[in-house]
Amino acid sequence: MSGFSMADIPVLRHLSPVRSFPHGIHPPEEKDATRSLPIRRFPFAPFLVLLLSQHAGRPARPVVREGQEVARGQPVAEADGFVSVPIHAPASGIIRKVGHALDMDGRMAPAIVLEPYPGSDQLVAWGKDRDPDSMSPREIVGAIRDMGMVGLGGAAFPAHVKFTPPEGRVIDTLIINAAECEPYLTADHRVMLEMPEKVLLGTSLIQKALKASRALIAIEDNKPDAIARMREALAEFQSGNGAGNMEVRVCRTKYPQGAEKMLTKALLNREIPSGGLPADIGVMVSNVTTASEIGTLLPRGQGLIERVITITGRGVERPGNYLMPIGTPLSFILEQVGMKGQAREVLFGGPMMGKAVAFVETPITKGISGIVVMEEEELPRKSRVYPCIRCGECINVCPMYLNPSTLGQLARKNRFDEMAESLNLFDCFECGCCSYVCPANIPLVQSFRLSKAVVRERMAAK
Amino acid sequence: MDTQSILLAVGLMAALGLVLSTILAVANSKLHVYEDPRINQVDGLLPGANCGACGVPGCHAFAEKVVSGEMSPGLCTVSSEDARENIAELLGVDVGGEDKRVARLACAGGTNVARQRARYVGVETCRSANLVAGGGKGCAWGCLGLADCMVVCDFNAIVMSPEGLPVVDEDLCTACGDCVDICPKDLFSIQSVNNRLWVACANEAFGDEAENECEVACTACARCAADAPVGVVEMLRNLPRVDYSRNDETSEKAIQRCPTGAIVWLSPRRGLIKGREAKPIVRQTPLPLG
Repeated sequence: MSGFSMADIPVLRHLSPVRSFPHGIHPPEEKDATRSLPIRRFPFAPFLVLLLSQHAGRPARPVVREGQEVARGQPVAEADGFVSVPIHAPASGIIRKVGHALDMDGRMAPAIVLEPYPGSDQLVAWGKDRDPDSMSPREIVGAIRDMGMVGLGGAAFPAHVKFTPPEGRVIDTLIINAAECEPYLTADHRVMLEMPEKVLLGTSLIQKALKASRALIAIEDNKPDAIARMREALAEFQSGNGAGNMEVRVCRTKYPQGAEKMLTKALLNREIPSGGLPADIGVMVSNVTTASEIGTLLPRGQGLIERVITITGRGVERPGNYLMPIGTPLSFILEQVGMKGQAREVLFGGPMMGKAVAFVETPITKGISGIVVMEEEELPRKSRVYPCIRCGECINVCPMYLNPSTLGQLARKNRFDEMAESLNLFDCFECGCCSYVCPANIPLVQSFRLSKAVVRERMAAK
Repeated sequence: MDTQSILLAVGLMAALGLVLSTILAVANSKLHVYEDPRINQVDGLLPGANCGACGVPGCHAFAEKVVSGEMSPGLCTVSSEDARENIAELLGVDVGGEDKRVARLACAGGTNVARQRARYVGVETCRSANLVAGGGKGCAWGCLGLADCMVVCDFNAIVMSPEGLPVVDEDLCTACGDCVDICPKDLFSIQSVNNRLWVACANEAFGDEAENECEVACTACARCAADAPVGVVEMLRNLPRVDYSRNDETSEKAIQRCPTGAIVWLSPRRGLIKGREAKPIVRQTPLPLG
């Protein structure tokens, strides 16, 4: 982190060439462990567990039966309705079970268990080559649906739904989110360094599907090598086929820069309305790995069967960036990368917004961008929760301009409806800044998560 | 000030008072709304907990319904037997209502029999723990034991056992349903005390998959369904489901061959009874983590 920048002085902020948003925090980055490690393939686990609901929306519907042989890349489940995506076999093998398996939330969820053949190779037999240049926007969106693509940044929202903006909305700007503001994670960074041409091809395809006049690739200034690499590749790409209006934009390293609302504010100085979508102000935000996967898979007509994941944290013996088959169980991953004895906590996703995992059987899903294994000393163990002293630290860092202090007080008193009605609880996207800075160790985000769940339940009951 | 103006003021006030009181008196008789005095009497006999267990918001509203004959006094589960009878006597109606109903927990997986796979650190409530990978208990359906139900119970009817399971005191339980609403695993339900055959498990896994996580889990072997009269116990999603409308046909026979003791008989005199073939549980200390 560079200590001082012009953006720190309010008057000079708009003069700063590096863009950002107000509020936010600067947690330790901890990216050095894996930043320079190239992406490596991960071996197939003895069993792959494909959860049918690894995307937002309806679970996929299995199209295979137990005992059936499948080839790597073959669809094993189809989309059930519009907000749903198909799932493809990550390896050639035999379907062992069509039933239930543990998911990340500790629930038994519908799943398909695949036993890869010992000799299953990396060749994807399934899929038909396509010429992306000759495809219409509608065909591109259809192809994105068929590949089972979801937002790979973490939300796992079906990509084809996102790329079909509501009737009457014109998208003028596509933002490719390469901020990677979560500490520890370097998967997006490596993707930009190693396959910039795929990122650009994917970006141009999404841009074409959305009919967006320009595309901005937003990278935080802690990745100068990726910025240089992308700029170089962009010049080459544009001289090659002269496609589209694309630009690489640099934004300041700050958490949560990679949240779509923050990114839109930083790059375009436009604000997404409360409860609204980026499409409401003519913007679409998509993760850089989503773009690179679309750039890789769409011309080949293949499905999403693996993704780049950063495995890091001091509890891991061999941290790195791995191309991980979807459905690989955590137990196999930890076996391969080695877990130190003092390891205490495993998180799927980054340390700020990731989820703690309780079961080693939990499989990798499409939305997981990293696994962080933490040692005891790495964990900010909060010894004791003190009462709120109203210091206002949380208000100073909340990027959504909410009042976490008052929200937290209300949550303690179970006044959930009030939180939603008058304090905009649902604008909170659980970035964790408030909990991070709270000197009283109040678990603010967890209480907001609970409050939201309760309010949603009540609304559903009505 | 002379005497005359004092008298005038007093006289005016008196006249004004007289006129207004006449208006009030007329309004009182013309606009009078008759309220059955028995409503207030009944309300006075009710516990005043305003718990809503009867399905009506508040005790006064319930009293209105009872007096109008729409509901029977017995529907107030919070009142004591005597209070219900007093109300019935006052109104000259039957006590009515159903058998006493209580909250029951569909889980017997205490820390000594059910595996905890990860330690949860955070806000010490079940609802919060459930948001973090389901709380880390090996059985995805099982009780997390952080006592949200005990805290929410207004009648002190729930206490936590040394094994970390809520125990309902059936005498104190009023079937208000607060524990049913708060449990994130949906393990509580309101049951008639006459429902003797009880499945103390909610694990939908089959066989070893269930038993590996909890010694007293239902393995869906279906012996209870086979031993009960046809149709009284049926298997649904790997769990026995008892048809309580046929309570008089149920007996202790159904539980005898249960290998884990997941299905039990709640005897009014002898308490909870497990089947003859249920494996004995001797461990009293918590199982190690993992």
